[in-house]
Amino acid sequence: MSSPFHSAVRTALLAIPLAGLGLAACDREDREPRGAPVGDSGPAAITQGSLYAGEPSPPRPSHREYENNAYHLSQGKQLYTSFNCNTCHANGGGGIGPALMDDKWIYGGTLDNIYATIVQGRPNGMPSFRNKIPEQQVWQLAAYVRSLSGQTPKAASPSRNDTLNAKPAEQRMPKEEPKGSSPGGPNLEGRQ
Amino acid sequence: MKRAGGLATAALTAAALTVLLTGCEGVQSALDPAGHQAGRIAGLWWLFLGVLTVIYLLVLAGLLIAAIRPRRRGRLHQGPAFAKEPPIERRLTRGLTAWAVGTGVIILTLTGLSYAVDRDVLGLTGRAELEIEVTAKQWWWQVKYNDPVPSRSFETANEIRLPVGVPVRVVLKSQDVIHSFWVPNLHGKTDLIPGRVNETTLTADREGRFRGQCAEFCGFQHANMALDVLAMPRDRFDAWRAAQLSSAPAPGDALQEQGRQVFLSSACVMCHTIHGTSAASRVGPDLTHVAGRLSLAAGTLPYNKGNLAGWIADPQRIKPGTRMPVTGLSPDQLQGVVAYLDSLK
Amino acid sequence: MSARSEKPVIRRDGPALGEAETHRRLSLSWATPPGLWGWLSSVDHKQVGRRYIVTAFVFFLLAGLLALAMRMQLSGPERTLLSPDRYNQIFTMHGTTMMFLFAVPVMEAFAIFLVPLMVGTRAIAFPRLNAFSYWVYLAGGVMLWVAFILNAGPDVGWFAYVPLSGPQFSPGKRVDFWAQMITFTEVAALAVSVEIIVTVFKQRAPGMSLNRIPLFVWGQLVTSFMVVFAMPAVMVSSSMLIMDRLIGTHFFNPAEGGDALLWQHLFWFFGHPEVYIIFLPATGFVSSILPTFARRPIFGYTALVLALFATGFLGFGLWVHHMFATGLPHLGNSFYTAASMTIAIPSGIQIFCWIATLWDGRPRFATPLLFVIGFIVVFVLGGLSGIMLASVPLDSQAHDTYFVVAHFHYVLIGGAVFPLFGAVYYWFPKFTGRMLSERAGAWNFWLFFIGFNLTFFPMHILGLIGMPRRVYSYPAGMGWDGPNLLASAGAVILAAGVATFLGNV
Repeated sequence: MSSPFHSAVRTALLAIPLAGLGLAACDREDREPRGAPVGDSGPAAITQGSLYAGEPSPPRPSHREYENNAYHLSQGKQLYTSFNCNTCHANGGGGIGPALMDDKWIYGGTLDNIYATIVQGRPNGMPSFRNKIPEQQVWQLAAYVRSLSGQTPKAASPSRNDTLNAKPAEQRMPKEEPKGSSPGGPNLEGRQ
Repeated sequence: MKRAGGLATAALTAAALTVLLTGCEGVQSALDPAGHQAGRIAGLWWLFLGVLTVIYLLVLAGLLIAAIRPRRRGRLHQGPAFAKEPPIERRLTRGLTAWAVGTGVIILTLTGLSYAVDRDVLGLTGRAELEIEVTAKQWWWQVKYNDPVPSRSFETANEIRLPVGVPVRVVLKSQDVIHSFWVPNLHGKTDLIPGRVNETTLTADREGRFRGQCAEFCGFQHANMALDVLAMPRDRFDAWRAAQLSSAPAPGDALQEQGRQVFLSSACVMCHTIHGTSAASRVGPDLTHVAGRLSLAAGTLPYNKGNLAGWIADPQRIKPGTRMPVTGLSPDQLQGVVAYLDSLK
Repeated sequence: MSARSEKPVIRRDGPALGEAETHRRLSLSWATPPGLWGWLSSVDHKQVGRRYIVTAFVFFLLAGLLALAMRMQLSGPERTLLSPDRYNQIFTMHGTTMMFLFAVPVMEAFAIFLVPLMVGTRAIAFPRLNAFSYWVYLAGGVMLWVAFILNAGPDVGWFAYVPLSGPQFSPGKRVDFWAQMITFTEVAALAVSVEIIVTVFKQRAPGMSLNRIPLFVWGQLVTSFMVVFAMPAVMVSSSMLIMDRLIGTHFFNPAEGGDALLWQHLFWFFGHPEVYIIFLPATGFVSSILPTFARRPIFGYTALVLALFATGFLGFGLWVHHMFATGLPHLGNSFYTAASMTIAIPSGIQIFCWIATLWDGRPRFATPLLFVIGFIVVFVLGGLSGIMLASVPLDSQAHDTYFVVAHFHYVLIGGAVFPLFGAVYYWFPKFTGRMLSERAGAWNFWLFFIGFNLTFFPMHILGLIGMPRRVYSYPAGMGWDGPNLLASAGAVILAAGVATFLGNV
């Protein structure tokens, strides 16, 4: 009887298109622990506006690599605690430093802006981490900071901590769209 | 058919013997005990092996005889099997009863012996004279030597040194996922579970260098999470311990000084501690006496300057997924850092 | 004219219905509808059973390919064939596929096909539920494998300990696919078990009392009860894991009142009966094959049935032997040592009865009998290494090393796959109407037997000389190179044996 054989052939035929899908690997689940090769400079071409700090620029395709990737976001979350960001920013609610989970961004809320903030430092207490935190880890941190206000896809954002949970998990944070700055200047209501 | 069977059996036996002759000694071998507990466990293992091998050979012999024993022709069971019990049934039933009872007796004995060894192995708990606290992190071991006088406590990483003949209590904690602390030459394994504090006791009976390894799958680099264990005479141990309490020596030459500057102004300081400098981060291993250790990266590389340089230059190639990033130091900076760290004996 | 000739009385059943009418009405109810939709929607238990077997074997082959990849990676020290992430996904998929998508479903498949025939009933109970269980199982398996192909396959081991598989340390959706697949396959298993229990208790032919049903049916009955009691534990735990990961509950979060060990208890409460769920149907295969080829009724029917009960019952009291290293109280651990050793007694009784059947019979060494003999040789060795592992001090050295890998492959391949191959050779004519080649069958057996032993025997040694499980590579100079190379060579021979089987069917 050829029935089992036919069943097997049918199964194989179903498998071919599925295998084709495999060629389009799922970027969200990639685990890429190695960053860009040494020598590749950072966001040298951050095209920010020159009128004021924080003018938004169009997102670059490489942002997807960090913001849509679950591994990078979870690494960013671990680094946030390892490098003591919560000393000033708490778990996103701020304190000594401004809140990171709301919609107010003094120096811009895009990934490039946050990268620049971490690397350059900012007035009134934000240290500069240039040469202290390697580039890939800064991208991971910046992507994680974006997840604190719900800007990253829910499927990739980290879930609850395996420790005391002081706030809802990032994947359940409501999306706080950064308030568009008025054309005249930065949003000065930032500090609480 | 039977000839093929005989040939196959011979081939397999030859292969098995070859494998067996690989030898039981090793720095990570449960069959090469160097500690009291491991010795008792190994003894129990050989006993079990002996008893169970005899049983296995009995079963094989029974199977072989059953398969090839000559049979009288034409002797088939006629009629329903339970009409009149032929003598063979009664014999087999008696055999079955004897077998079941015999198995039960052997099982009971083995259970009792196992329990006895378990109690003996546990007996050392409470008599420890030294306490070490091991905290497992992905994918390295933070080792803290505790002392009743707090200023005599110190930290190291991925290495444990013990005095011979002294029971050492090892307190086991985990900061992230479940790991397992296993030094086969000294004792069986105990898990390190977040949210729980476990304990084990190690006693080395002889000097030597041994290797332990994480024995519970913990992620990317579970395969490269090993530790070195060194057992030494009491006086050498005390000397080592005293040396560990000291701060890092000052840089000896210009290159080392440059290296220290680079260390304190680049990514290194974000994660590592060197006592005597301003580097005090606890994310990564304590490097105060890194040059005196036997290996790097949790037992992945033997310690020497070349490996140190290679590790710092590109940790992701040696241990992909490790938490130490590629730091992007220039060649001159790397040379300085390596020279400085190599002076931290 | 009488009213009777104007309005025909429609009778539902009874002796007045003729043979042709009865046959016509039965065919209407029970025949598979024609065409593709008919083929897909068939509720014929034989059709569904065949479908299950073919699908399970496809998963077996896929998981076997993964195993070959692992053995290639480990054939030498520090090889770089597979990255750590890829290797972790592969060993997880290998274990998960073999345990959830092959071993249990294939045993259920034989039950679905054979139990109704053996108890003399027309169809299995709840035939639509039966068909549904197959499609749910297929959906779960396909979902998991598509996820694996898309780099979202689980990478935390087939038993996925928390906190590694929890929300913080396994980012993304990988573990969610795994946990969801569990639900699919366990629903399928529960459905089939319920059907088997009802079929055996309610649908036996007249005169077939329970003490007359074949040992195969007894084996499947006890297995079905075990499934009903064991599967809910893993469904609960995988659902709790999904909840922790997706909606922020704290079942396994010690900092907020949960417990990482809760996962282990719940999983192993299922996990240990699971291996007996895989083994007991195989004892049914052996008890069916042996009398045929020894040409003697099975010896010790009652003892074998009681052994099945004892194994099924004791199997629920052993689970903590997977947790001896976790730091639980020692006296409690010793109880589980005693229980784990005790379960050797019913297994020993079964082995005696089978050898006795052979002893007093006139054996004809056809392929199925070869596989049964291979089963005894391999399974008993695995069982004895299990007795070693039952002891707490010995387990403290051997746990999570290649010794355990060797042990469970000996008991699972020896105890389930050998009888399974024998059963396929034995019942192939029944299922498909044609015979398999005896010559190829002999080649199949010997390649498989030799390859298996070459692959897994050295692993006992590897475990004792220090090689842990689940490592994507190992350092040179540890003395592990030789046995690993031998194991990899054996794996190739094992694969050749499986290829012979494929060629034969």
